[in-house]
Formats: sequence, C-alpha cells, structure tokens
Amino acid sequence: MNPRLYPLAATIAIFLLAWGICVAQFPYMLSTRVVGNLLTDNAYLGIVAVGMTLVILSGGIDLSVGSVIAFSGVFIAVMLRDTGMHPLPVFVLLLLITTAFGAAMGWLIYALAMPPFIVTLAGMFLMRGVAYMLTIDSVPINHGFYDMLGKAYWLMPGKGRLTLIGVAMLAVVAVGMLVAHRTRFGAAVFALGGGEATARLMGVRLGATYVRIYAFSGLMAGLAGIVFSIYTRSGYPLATVGTELTAIAAVVIGGTLLTGGSGYVFGTLIGVLTMGLIQTYIVFDGTLSSWWTKIIIGLLLLAFILLQKGLVRFSGAGRPA
Amino acid sequence: MLLTIRSLTKTFPGTKALDDVDFDLEAGEVHALLGENGAGKSTLIKCLTGAFARDAGEIVLNGRQVSPRSTSEAQELGIGTVYQEVNLLPNLTVAQNLTFGREPTRFGLVDGRAQRRLAEEMLEGYGLDIDVTRDLSAYSVAVRQIIAIARAVALSGKVLILDEPTASLDAREVETLFDVVRGLRERGLGIVFVSHFLDQVFALTDRVTVLRNGRKVTTERTADLDRVRLIEHMLGHALEDEVVGHAKVHKSVTRPELLRFETFGRRGHIEPFDLTVGKGEVIGLAGLLGSGRTESAELMFGVERAQTGAARDADGPIDLGSPRAAIAAGFGFAPEERKEDGIIAELSIRENIVLALQARSGWARPIPRAEQLRLANDYIQRLDIRTSGPEKAIGDLSGGNQQKVVLARWLAMNPRFLILDEPTRGIDVGAHAEILRLIQQVTRDGMSILVISSELDELIAVSDRVIVVRDRRHVAELTGAEIDTDAIVRAIAAPGREEVA
Repeated sequence: MNPRLYPLAATIAIFLLAWGICVAQFPYMLSTRVVGNLLTDNAYLGIVAVGMTLVILSGGIDLSVGSVIAFSGVFIAVMLRDTGMHPLPVFVLLLLITTAFGAAMGWLIYALAMPPFIVTLAGMFLMRGVAYMLTIDSVPINHGFYDMLGKAYWLMPGKGRLTLIGVAMLAVVAVGMLVAHRTRFGAAVFALGGGEATARLMGVRLGATYVRIYAFSGLMAGLAGIVFSIYTRSGYPLATVGTELTAIAAVVIGGTLLTGGSGYVFGTLIGVLTMGLIQTYIVFDGTLSSWWTKIIIGLLLLAFILLQKGLVRFSGAGRPA
Repeated sequence: MLLTIRSLTKTFPGTKALDDVDFDLEAGEVHALLGENGAGKSTLIKCLTGAFARDAGEIVLNGRQVSPRSTSEAQELGIGTVYQEVNLLPNLTVAQNLTFGREPTRFGLVDGRAQRRLAEEMLEGYGLDIDVTRDLSAYSVAVRQIIAIARAVALSGKVLILDEPTASLDAREVETLFDVVRGLRERGLGIVFVSHFLDQVFALTDRVTVLRNGRKVTTERTADLDRVRLIEHMLGHALEDEVVGHAKVHKSVTRPELLRFETFGRRGHIEPFDLTVGKGEVIGLAGLLGSGRTESAELMFGVERAQTGAARDADGPIDLGSPRAAIAAGFGFAPEERKEDGIIAELSIRENIVLALQARSGWARPIPRAEQLRLANDYIQRLDIRTSGPEKAIGDLSGGNQQKVVLARWLAMNPRFLILDEPTRGIDVGAHAEILRLIQQVTRDGMSILVISSELDELIAVSDRVIVVRDRRHVAELTGAEIDTDAIVRAIAAPGREEVA
C-alpha cells in the first residue's frame, strides 16, 4: 500500500473498531436511525471541516469559521425577521459575504506575508463582534420555507431519517473530494502544503491560490451556518464557540497532516463521524459524563499526531532507491 | 548561437553583483559556469530565469531579445532550471510533479489516466523504470533529479540550467545523471552546468566560463584548460592596487604561543588537524568552496562540537563545546553569511555593536546607554563607518559598512582569537582595503586572527601563515616567503591526497 494511505487506513480502521465496540454493547447502534442522526447532528461540522481540510492541506489554518457560522445564523435570523425577504436570496447574500470575507483573509495572508493563524484569529474576533452587533439575543427563525427544509427527509429502511442537511453534508464532502483531488486548484493546494518556495518555482500563482483557499473555507463556513440555522431554527451570536477547533480535530483525526501537503477529504468525513460516534456512545451509555467525549477526542488526536510523526520519520528514513 | 548574453549588469545596494558580463551558449553544448561564492553565478542564473530583473545588458535567445520576469515566463521562453534541492514536491506523485500546471483535464477535472500516460511519455528516453503513481518521496535524490530534468526539458526544451545538480549524489548516481545530460546534449539542448566539483566539470563540459567578483574572467574550451590554470582563474591572480600598498613583508617571526588545537576534528566536517596560534598572528585559511574552510572555523568556535582532540592554552584545556563557551574563552567569529547570521537588520548600529558584549555580561546587568553610545561612536570613528549616526538601522548601510559594524561588535568584546569568514565578501574595493588595514592594526595590539577567504591576494596581503584546505583536510601550511599565489594554487590543485608542502 502507498504509505500516504496509512493515516487514512488508520482512520477508517479506528472508526470501524469504535463502531464495532458500540454495536457489541448496544446492538441498536447498527440501526439506520443512529446513522441518520449521526449525519444530521454533525452536518454543519462536516461541511465546515471540508473547508478546513483544504486550508490545512495548504499548510494553513482558519480560526474564523466558528464565528462565521454564528454570524451566519444571526444574519439569516435577523434578515428574515426584519426584512421579510425569502430565505433563498438571504442565503445567496450570506454566502457572498462569507466567501468575500474568506477571500479577503486569504489576500491579507498572501499580500502581507502574515501567518494564517494571526489573520484568521483577527477574523474570528471580527465576525463574532459583527454577530453581536446584529443582536445579542437568540433570534428564532419562523418561516414556512424553514419548516419545509427542517422536515425534509427520506425515510430509510428501518425508520432512519436521512435528512436534507445530512445529504447536503455528504454532497459537500463529494464536491470537496473532487476539488481537492481532481482539479488543478487542488494540486496547487497540495503544492503549497508541500513547500511554498517549491510551489512558486513550479508555477503556482500564490496570490490567487491563497485567496481561493480561504474563500473556499469561507464559503463552507457560510454553508455550515445555513445548515446550523436549519438545525437549530435560530440565530445566536454565542453559538458554535470553539467549533473551529473541533473542525481542526476532525481533520487531523481524519488523517490529514497538520503541517500540510498530505491528506484526504474523505478522511475528514470519517473523522467527523468518529467524533459523532463517541458522543452517541456516551448518550447511549447514559451514566458517563459528556466530558468523556472531549477526553477521548483528546486522546485520539494525540494518537494521530504521534502516528503522523512516526510516518514522517519512517518515510524519510526508509527510502528505496 | 542559442543564447547570447551581452554586458549584463546587476547592482545591489553596496555591491555590484554582475559587472558587464558576457556569456554565450551553443545548442548541443554543456557549458560550465564556475566561480567561488559571491562571484555572481547565482545572480547570473537568476537574471536568466526571471527571478531578478537586470539593470543593463541584453539577453538574446534564438536571435530574439528576451527579459523574463518570472520563472514560468522563462520556462515558456524555453529556459528551464534544475536546482540542487528545492525542485519538486515530495508529497505529490511522480506523475503530478511531471505534469504540474498542465494536467490533462476532462470536464474541468484532472484525467488521472491521461496524466499518467503523459508522465510516462515525458520520462521516455531517460532510462528510468519507475511507477509514476507513487509519491516522489519514494524515490532517491538521483531519480528525483532526473525527474526534475525531464520536467524542465519538457516544459522549456531549449536551455537547461543545472545548478549544483550533483551536490547530494554519490559517484554512481552522478554517472547516471551525466548520461542523461549527455543524451540531452545529443538532442541539441544548450546546457549550463554549475558545480564546484572540478572533476565533474572536466568530465562533462565542453566549455568553461569563470566569474569572479561579478566579472567574467574567461571563457575557454575545457579541453584546453588544466586544473591549475582553472583554479587560478577562479581565485584570481593579479593583485588589486588598493591591497598592494598594505602587503605584508613576509618574514618569519617567532611569536609567543596563544592557543593550540590538537587533532581537532569531526567526521563529515573536517579531518583532525593540529594548529598552533601565535599571539598577534594572522593565519589565512585557503581552499575552494566546500573544501572544509568554514567547517574548520565552525569547529573552532563550537558551532559544531569536535569529536576528537582538544584545544588548550597556557592555562590548560579550553572548553569549546558551544559558541557560548567559545565566547567565554575569548573567541570571536564573524560568519560568512553576514545578512543571515551576522547582523540584525532592524536594530541600530549601536544595538548591533553592543549585542555580544551585553550577552556576555548577562541581560540582568544592562550596559548603561551612555556607555553604549560611547562605544558605538568610538567604533564609528575608528573604523570609519559611514553613517548619519549610531541610531541608524544597520540594514540601511552598505555591505562594507555592515561588515565593519560586525567587526566592531567583536572588537568591542576584545577577544584574544577572532575568526573572520570571508570578511570582504560582497563589499566594494575601498572598504575592502580598509578592512584589511584594520586586521593588521588589531593584531599589532596582540589579537590573533584567522581569516578565511577565496581571495588569494587578500590572504597573501594579511597572513603571517596560510593553511591550505582541500577535501576536508588541512593539506599544507605555508609560512613567510613561501606564501605566494603559485604555491597556494599548487597546493589546492594537487590531485594527490597525501603530500604536504
């Protein structure tokens, strides 16, 4: 097997193992209901993690996405409450804003040669602040279109509900896979993650690539915000605090190298589902504190970082001629 | 003529990197471009590949004047480059690397099968039998180098620049690479070959152009050259007028011994050597780039720890385990890469001068500002540093004045043994002479100095003794009247490993 597939294989193995343990203890975990809920509950996280995967593949980081999701919810809720617009044009407007916001951060990172950490940290505070400026309360969303979106699902055999937002997440993952692994832009992202100087020598247009990477992440965060607003039926400026870190964790557990240049979007999906599975297990168990989720995710992260370190050393040392 | 360069000039603040350089390249020729560090090789190449814009002169490719502004523009014109290290992306597959930027697409998506086929076509004729779908990191440096050449040739196809392509290859790999290069010569490419391995230059190239101090020294057919003459060209022969005035009268004086290095060495850096340093003595270290000059200095200053031997003075053994220990022992070291290792460009002249002094006395005991100013003004005057004042950022000074500040920093420490690695690199002739004068002045006060330089004239002018380094070994020691260009060049060029002059 190609060594670059090891982390992905490890991710899938851990997911299957975890599920195996769950099913052994609670046979009901195998049902389509659990699967449906896993997809629905983690839809927004999966979408934002796809954007984060591209950012991390390029060797960057985007800390602003949690704030962008909260901003999106608040923006939609306030627009629907105050203007009477139909949700669809509001969605379009929102996606334009978040994409432009991401693009602006990408441009700053390139033009000022600033670390993405700093620029997106500023973006994080900025978006959270703007969300507060729109409202400080939790604003409910009451619109017929939202009722329809929230209730849209396909009943799987076994009474599991495959919801619209769950399907949206899977579709976004599929698009993310194509973008990352099958386009020239994706190749440029991997090239950046492999080394900026080399990428430039190979003809990557750095400025355009940076802008597009962070614009993509902004677009994904906006989409995740829409999905989150459908999921919660409200907009709240304090929502999704720390989601950017959860997304980063999902990407790393999904086998993407935190230093960039290696990884798979599909792995990120598995990473998100693994984290969701741990949460579901704790709910099923009923006696465990929900903090165990964090502890196990922490241990998993550590394990993956060690695995990656080991792989880097292994592939660096054992090089056949 | 495939490529003609006329009167190429490129100036950086404080130094003329290329001065009226001519160069030409025929189709079906391998043309070596030689010179020591700072001779202008990389500047010339960067002007060709679009990384630098030239100040004056013209570049004519296939009868048409060109001025590439970026690497990709140079590639489109037909000029491809393969560097020693940073060429390709090890985290992508061989096929992705080869086709990067021109991947075959279908409906906007990369067509993996066509990409693989294209990559395999590009590798045809290079004698490689590899799986293009594997990651590049799965293959050895030599294979990667050939893949990089294949990419450069496919993209450009007229001029191929090989910049130190063999630096990390073993002998067998070098031969494989040379076969590839010879094959490309047959196909009519013009190849510029940059290397500091003279054996390889003689084995592979048709013509040689030597640069020195930004000027072209000569272009000759390789077959008409011999080693000694080539090294003479590279290191320079004629004395600069400014230096002649200060040339040392070489007579052997017995000096009280200050330091002694015994079988001091480290594997892979420099073979164990013995060296005694007299009080107030100037020792020159001569040799080609990569011969072990800088490595010797780094060992003596504790940048790298010596594996064998010890250093001692009159009071017993000295600890040289780290630069800190070396400074405590009264050593100083002004490194070769001034811009990277020597100065902190944003800080002022005053701050740069007191830096090492302050580090020695500890941060808890700040040197009073008045004292700092006194020191700075004192050295600005003594070394004739051209500046509007001690608070000017050092990055704004010219190269020669920056070098003087670095010297001032170490002189302020008043070390007993100061190592200067290429102290006159990249500075103009006037400042050059002043720095040499300064070296002689401080040794009169009893400081001992080790000077590393590619400029033989400079070494001859200041040194009481010259050590010649070759193949990571101290091979000869010249004292007094023995010190002249011929003797040094002969010691450097001697093909045998054993004899000591």
